[in-house]
Amino acid sequence: MKEKMKYVIIGNSAAAIGCVSGIRTLDKVSSITLISDESHFTYSRPLISYWLKGSVTDDKMYYRNSDFYEKNTCTTLLGKKVDKIDASAKKVVLDDGNTVEYDKLLVATGSSPFVPPVEGLANAQNSFTFMTWDSVKAVKEAVSKDSKVVIMGAGLIGLKAAEGLHEVCEDITIVDLADRILPSILDKKGADFVQKHIEKEGIKFVLNDAASSVKGNTISLKSGQELTYDVLIVAVGVRPNTGLVKDAGGNVNRGVVTDNRQATTLDGVYSAGDCTESFDICTGQNKILALLPNAYMQGEIAGINMAGGDKTFDTAMPMNAIGFFGLHMITAGAMEGECLEAIDDNNYKKMYFSDGLFKGYILIGEISRAGIYTSLIREKTPMDQIDSNLLKVSPQLLVFDKKARQHKLAGGK
Amino acid sequence: MGINLYAPQYEVNRNQNKCIKCKVCKRQCANEVHSYDQELDVMVADDSKCVDCQRCVSLCPTHALSITKFKNEFKENANWTNRAITEIYKQADTGGVLLSSMGNPVPYPIYWDKLLINASQVTNPSIDPLREPMETRVQLGAKPEKLEFDKDGKLITKLAPQLSINVPIMFSAMSYGSISRNAHESLARAAQELGTCYNTGEGGLNEDFYKYGKNTIVQVASGRFGVHVGYLSAGAAIEIKMGQGAKPGIGGHLPGEKVGEDVSKTRMIPVGSDAISPAPHHDIYSIEDLRQLVFSLKEATAYTKPIIVKIAAVHNVAAIASGIARSGADIIAIDGYRGGTGAAPTRIRDNVGIPIELALASVDQRLRDEGIRNNISLVVAGSIRNSADIVKAIALGADAVYIGTSALIALGCHVCRSCHGGKCNWGIATQRPDLVKRLNPDIGYKRLINLVHAWDHEIKEMLGGMGINAIESLKGNRLMLRGIGLSQKELDILGVMHAGE
Amino acid sequence: MEVNVKKIYVNEDRCLGCHLCEYYCAFAHSGQKDMVKAFSGEAKPQPRLTIEEGDSINFAVSCRHCETPLCVESCITGAMQIDEDGRVFVDESRCVGCYTCILVCPFGSVIPGKEKAIKKCDLCIESGNPACAENCPNLAIIYEERE
Repeated sequence: MKEKMKYVIIGNSAAAIGCVSGIRTLDKVSSITLISDESHFTYSRPLISYWLKGSVTDDKMYYRNSDFYEKNTCTTLLGKKVDKIDASAKKVVLDDGNTVEYDKLLVATGSSPFVPPVEGLANAQNSFTFMTWDSVKAVKEAVSKDSKVVIMGAGLIGLKAAEGLHEVCEDITIVDLADRILPSILDKKGADFVQKHIEKEGIKFVLNDAASSVKGNTISLKSGQELTYDVLIVAVGVRPNTGLVKDAGGNVNRGVVTDNRQATTLDGVYSAGDCTESFDICTGQNKILALLPNAYMQGEIAGINMAGGDKTFDTAMPMNAIGFFGLHMITAGAMEGECLEAIDDNNYKKMYFSDGLFKGYILIGEISRAGIYTSLIREKTPMDQIDSNLLKVSPQLLVFDKKARQHKLAGGK
Repeated sequence: MGINLYAPQYEVNRNQNKCIKCKVCKRQCANEVHSYDQELDVMVADDSKCVDCQRCVSLCPTHALSITKFKNEFKENANWTNRAITEIYKQADTGGVLLSSMGNPVPYPIYWDKLLINASQVTNPSIDPLREPMETRVQLGAKPEKLEFDKDGKLITKLAPQLSINVPIMFSAMSYGSISRNAHESLARAAQELGTCYNTGEGGLNEDFYKYGKNTIVQVASGRFGVHVGYLSAGAAIEIKMGQGAKPGIGGHLPGEKVGEDVSKTRMIPVGSDAISPAPHHDIYSIEDLRQLVFSLKEATAYTKPIIVKIAAVHNVAAIASGIARSGADIIAIDGYRGGTGAAPTRIRDNVGIPIELALASVDQRLRDEGIRNNISLVVAGSIRNSADIVKAIALGADAVYIGTSALIALGCHVCRSCHGGKCNWGIATQRPDLVKRLNPDIGYKRLINLVHAWDHEIKEMLGGMGINAIESLKGNRLMLRGIGLSQKELDILGVMHAGE
Repeated sequence: MEVNVKKIYVNEDRCLGCHLCEYYCAFAHSGQKDMVKAFSGEAKPQPRLTIEEGDSINFAVSCRHCETPLCVESCITGAMQIDEDGRVFVDESRCVGCYTCILVCPFGSVIPGKEKAIKKCDLCIESGNPACAENCPNLAIIYEERE
């Protein structure tokens, strides 16, 4: 006989929504309360650059249908910040002084943009981070056709910001300390391939450099070069929001530490999404894997376990799908081991193998059916069990023998 | 050598306005007629390779294709026809014997089309097959002179083994090798569900098909391919093939290309070797020898299975049949000159043998005259094209018919007569695995069942129309037929009167 | 949710690699009633299945409508959804073409669209009669429930 529980979720993005779905598979009656410092209905964070570009309208920003909270009987406390978690009393304290009691708590606080300690940056004029819909709304207000924009950071966020802004203004310069763009997902050669494509749009890159100080509308770079700007976007990185768990006495490394059931070291407290550390099955190490699919799946597993179920999430791995100005790239796994490459003017492919396993890949341009590659890495399928020559040509189910193929296609689970 | 005198026989007509370049024609033509020109973004065809099998026409999703005779005409000549001339070109090119597939296509008279069926009116009421029971079941086998019962009414007379079939239609002998495994599976499954039989032909029987044994006639031909004790026991009846309508007097020929692993195993011959059946059975040189073989087979199967002897319809077929009826055989199968084949020399196929209608009539009459008609049942073949042909055949004296070409047409055959090339686009007369796939037995067997059911219903309609409710009452009932446009001689041989008489 | 939803199953022993399923699928989603017209423009309609061709083996791969669809869980906009009948479908108006679903689908069933949104098999929801199964000349594609 299930007694009614009080589920509380700090967060309102992918991990939080995954948690709601997870809870509701087992418990349709207990209350769920979502607390978020943002005041919007759950929206898709990656879409903020598309919104800026104008290709996604307000009504298409939302991550779930408008009746989601209703259908799942969720109460939302939007625009409220949680100041602390009282783990022994099993309640959270909000910034307005109110408390919310919980039986099970999910911490899905995500991450915050990191503003590096560059002189003058913290108070720089017309400077924005690129994380929330509200911050991007502010960028939209600030920017015009003739604006000169400088973006600090040539990673995923920085480049997406550039793509979003490019619709409005032409003069965009991106600065990064690394020797290449997208250092977290591409190798140098691949990054150069993509950079060439983006440069065709008139966007400029300054690499191997970083800001040393900001004064008025001028940024001085370490190299000595100076850049003037009208709008500055700071997108050099993010830091997981681990404060609440840490202050409550939970174990925290760079991210919140959880087991593979998404439980923290605090009783009844779970965590999922960008604020956590995950066990990367490709490298065998714990690291931040801030990816929407991982966040959702972790949230769902957390929710199931919070509602009395028993499921684990043990297939976390790095993976990305992104595109800029019509050039798509998909990457997954660890880029280590023997590398096989196939590169021409339009397509870039690298596949990595070691210890008889397919370890990782980079696909730029031709990305069809990449999921077949991803599943081989995720499942650690030994290369001698499949036709690895055929695999190197393109992702296809023919790499499996007839029996394996029919088993895969018959179940579809 | 020199100029190619052999112009394309067929041309591919493509309505380019309808063509969506889906390329199904290219993908599905085993003769490589169609191809896609990347530069011009258009589908093109090489007419010289087309055999008019109609595969592309049937599959084209927008009906953009049709095949017609190549619009090229020699000067009109009733004697030196296009065919007569091009056959000489072929032989001058190759020095070889002309080979053909399927049955005789020459416009000799078709006697089925000159026979008319009776219907009852006024004096003898017709029967409605949807309301009254009609018996189309047939028992094939030797019938006793008389039946004797003991004082309790139990039957004393020992009956010879009968082949009991639900309809007077069986599937003719077509060997595994000449047709595909999927075609055999379709025939076997259809025979099973219909309650009739199919025939292995001279290719032996694959072990996977033993489960259809109750509906299988196993054939013992002159090459004795695949013949062993297990084979003989597997079937419901055994057929000794003395001859075949399409090529009387000569044996069978399966080219080595069509002998793959499975065919080799089933026929018990090496992979890739030509399977040539000799003209005679080398242990049958007289009617006494035939009788000996018949009884060897009966011994080997403990007298439990009827023995069929299959002969081609030739000049003195009546005398031959008479001999066979005295040899201990239970059923005689006669194959007329229109019978189909996987491959036969053209001249023999087109010029040797006689029409089944005439052969049937003369055999039935002869056996009745000699008082031995009940020694055997008669099964005829050699172009049974529809249910009316069947009704006429029974009226002329047959117990049942074999259908070969009709069955293949039901499976998709378009009678393009290129079987001997082994590239049948319909998956029927080929051993190439990629082509055999095209005949899905799940579809094939249903189509065969549909065909036979349809014919069975039509036979019942015609029987009912005549006021008859059983096949047995039609058997040999020449009075139910009248001839039309036949000479007196033809009428005499057929044993029917002219329409109006 | 229905556990045994009707799905498309392809029998590779019967598939001839004729590609008619591909053309009929594209036609069914073209919005045209006439097949010639559907393929006559510059912009050809897109099929929602992929045909794999090997040495004498062929088969079509379309969305498996998984019970726990990775694409739905990974979709960044919520465009990819699963309905009460277990059918996985994409709301093309919400899809931005990020290709995360292509990244995760273990069957390679999601197809990059020529325009923004991805294309995937929707079991021909409009007609209720999958065009591929209906038009396969060899009954290699079956639309049925299976364990």
